[in-house]
Amino acid sequence: MANYISDETIDYVAILAKLELSAQEKEQAKKDMAGMLDYIDRLNELDTSGVEPMSHVFPVQNVFREDVVTGGDESEAILSNAPASKERMFKVPRTVE
Amino acid sequence: MKLTELSATQLSARIRGKEIRVTEALDEVFKVISEKEGLLHCYVTLEREKAYERAKEVQQKIDRGELTGPLAGVPFALKDNLCTEGTRTTCSSKILENFVPAYSAEAVKLLEKAGAVFLGKTNMDEFAMGSTTETSYFGVTRNPHDPKRVPGGSSGGSAAAVAAGECFAALGSDTGGSIRQPASFCGVVGMKPTYGTVSRYGLVAYGSSLDQIGPITRDVRDCAAVLETIAGHDPKDSTSMARTDTDFTSALGEDIKGMRIGLPRDFFQIQGDGLDPQVASAVREAAKVLEDRGAVVEEFDLSLVEYAIPTYYTIASAEASSNLERFDGVKYGYRAPGQEELHAMYKKTRSQGFGPEVKRRIMLGSFVLSSGYYDAYYLKALRVKALIKRAFDEAFQKYDCILGPVAPTTAPRLGESLSNPLKMYLGDIYTIAVNLAGLPAISVPCGRDDRGLPIGLQLIGDCYQEKKLLRAAYQYEKAAGGGIQEKKAVEGRVGL
Repeated sequence: MANYISDETIDYVAILAKLELSAQEKEQAKKDMAGMLDYIDRLNELDTSGVEPMSHVFPVQNVFREDVVTGGDESEAILSNAPASKERMFKVPRTVE
Repeated sequence: MKLTELSATQLSARIRGKEIRVTEALDEVFKVISEKEGLLHCYVTLEREKAYERAKEVQQKIDRGELTGPLAGVPFALKDNLCTEGTRTTCSSKILENFVPAYSAEAVKLLEKAGAVFLGKTNMDEFAMGSTTETSYFGVTRNPHDPKRVPGGSSGGSAAAVAAGECFAALGSDTGGSIRQPASFCGVVGMKPTYGTVSRYGLVAYGSSLDQIGPITRDVRDCAAVLETIAGHDPKDSTSMARTDTDFTSALGEDIKGMRIGLPRDFFQIQGDGLDPQVASAVREAAKVLEDRGAVVEEFDLSLVEYAIPTYYTIASAEASSNLERFDGVKYGYRAPGQEELHAMYKKTRSQGFGPEVKRRIMLGSFVLSSGYYDAYYLKALRVKALIKRAFDEAFQKYDCILGPVAPTTAPRLGESLSNPLKMYLGDIYTIAVNLAGLPAISVPCGRDDRGLPIGLQLIGDCYQEKKLLRAAYQYEKAAGGGIQEKKAVEGRVGL
């Protein structure tokens, strides 16, 4: 394998991904990611200088609609899916001291 | 002829002609489900009571002449990443095990308006990440043609249900082949429309620039009828297109004399384990059938075929890592118990709620988007995507359609694929470039291998050229005697 993923890298990526990996998952993730990156590196065989990155296939930009209220008050239905709620709000664990 | 051997449009015609009642159709479908579901496991959630209630309502509307369309009264299945108001929508993930949407996807609403009766939600790879339906939190789905094999994925439950007679038609979603490949493995028809043709409103997002909803059906006519019903501009999806050419069934009658069909030479010379010779010869046979019907078939070099896979996995993983950030245990879904601090709650929730394949793609996506690697990986992939689109543009200057296989092999055995993710990804080689370029493509059964497993052909069209694909697919199906006959063979084989 040409790519080597260090512990530091995998820890950093796990922070970005908001995932907590077990020691075993971490080793597997290092291997999987290195393997995928080796494969993705094949793209470097292609000369893409002067090619604009294409994020969207169709040239559709700035799709606006009138800013009018539609639909009804669905707060009850939406809150019914919340793991915890209080006084029509989402309840979460402590965020500040 | 048994009721469950009819196509969706044939069934609806009989219902509208007062030969059959909607509840009788439901009785038959639920009979098949009770016989086969225990083994095949096509569904995550069945809604029997709701279906019967709804059948009564639809019957009344038909009787009053209010529902006259080609899908009125048809028992339908929906992939479990399509939001359904009041029916749980899990994406086959633990993290959404108890999620009950407050609204339905636009495509679901359009089918409802057309008189479809929903049976339930079908199994899939978790968050549509996978090619076998084995990454589902709720267990595997089995292929109706051989229960030791996978149905393909990620829309494996939908394809297996259509093939087994556990519904008359289904919706799937296709990000890199997730409609076409399972349709091919299960011997049914599946279509991914041009990006923007069907609203993604209410489809749980995986790779937003690639995702499209589409039909999985017993024959090409059903496919056209379903697509015609669900296509349309939707202001709630800013990537949705205003098209005026969505009368897809009108294309079916036309012949294909003079249609130019390109057969990419490079599709037949791929690396790795390569293309199964039986699949290759079935596709070449299909080319001859189309030639006999007046098409002009020619080999050509498409180029860049092998680069589509790394491009796709970079872009799809990047988008997935962003889209799946919303699953954090706050607004819906699973929350890890006993957490007293917010960030710990996020981490535990996601780590316990997502399966290995989803985590793998979120990790890869987070990496390719991270500072320092963004240009080298993510932007590089977007540049190659532009080259791939260009290669297709050039091909479509010469050809009306591109013909090739859907997958390099027929359905693999259960348990064979997940141990080697990279190998599983290689199986997507013929389908994923289509999503990168936003093109429409259809998968149609074209014979069987020596184990009796279905082989699928794929017809790829230029943007907005679904009608050409449907025309060619319909002519092929007629000439090859496919469609409902294929279906009968399944009934015979499963023999449960």
